[in-house]
Amino acid sequence: MALKLNDKLASGIRAHGEAAYPHECCGALLGCHTGADRETRALLPLLNRRTDSPQNRFSVSAADVRAAEQAAAAQGLDLIGWYHSHPDHPAQPSDYDREHAWPWYSYVIVSVHSGHGAELTAWRLAEDRSAFEHEPLESAASISKR
Amino acid sequence: MPVKVMIPTPLRPYASKQSSVAFEARTVREALGSLTVQFSELRKHLYTDEGKLRSFVNVYVNDDDIRYLQHEDTQIKDGDTISIIPSIAGG
Repeated sequence: MALKLNDKLASGIRAHGEAAYPHECCGALLGCHTGADRETRALLPLLNRRTDSPQNRFSVSAADVRAAEQAAAAQGLDLIGWYHSHPDHPAQPSDYDREHAWPWYSYVIVSVHSGHGAELTAWRLAEDRSAFEHEPLESAASISKR
Repeated sequence: MPVKVMIPTPLRPYASKQSSVAFEARTVREALGSLTVQFSELRKHLYTDEGKLRSFVNVYVNDDDIRYLQHEDTQIKDGDTISIIPSIAGG
């Protein structure tokens, strides 16, 4: 079980995090399933709806989720997950992230240090909601070696 | 004619991979109750330990958010569609 994310898309997530800094950015991961793995094919940057504390919270409305599903379907893809940034914090999910997470989706977190995109990690919620489990990220380089 | 409950993609693994399920019900509470009895693993993802719908779980009757109706006591009629729509949050 791994999430494939090529270098161009990874750069896109970092760039979104840098543009939104010091606020959190968020967006959707559109892609497909390749056996037990998932492959990200496109990003859908979204507006962070949390206007009260955008520096440490993000929110995607139900209407935006529906729009993301429709955007994925229009490209023949699935809505496979979400990304968001942690300004000046590690790319580790917070308790708040876990408490508000859905199962099944992949959650990508990018750390943005002093305005510069840095570490990028991926996670999935455990079946019992007790923790986020690390989801291996495969870049284009590692995919091409197969 | 029963009401249809639409299951969002992330919850389908807990509902025998079905995208919708039909139930006989008079209110949203009854429909969601039947849903979580038939698929018990769904309950922890829809409800808190205190039995309240989680804040990021949005329920619509046809095109109307039940927060603007009578919440889970919203009456439903044959042929209505109940949709569970995720919202996404974190920090």
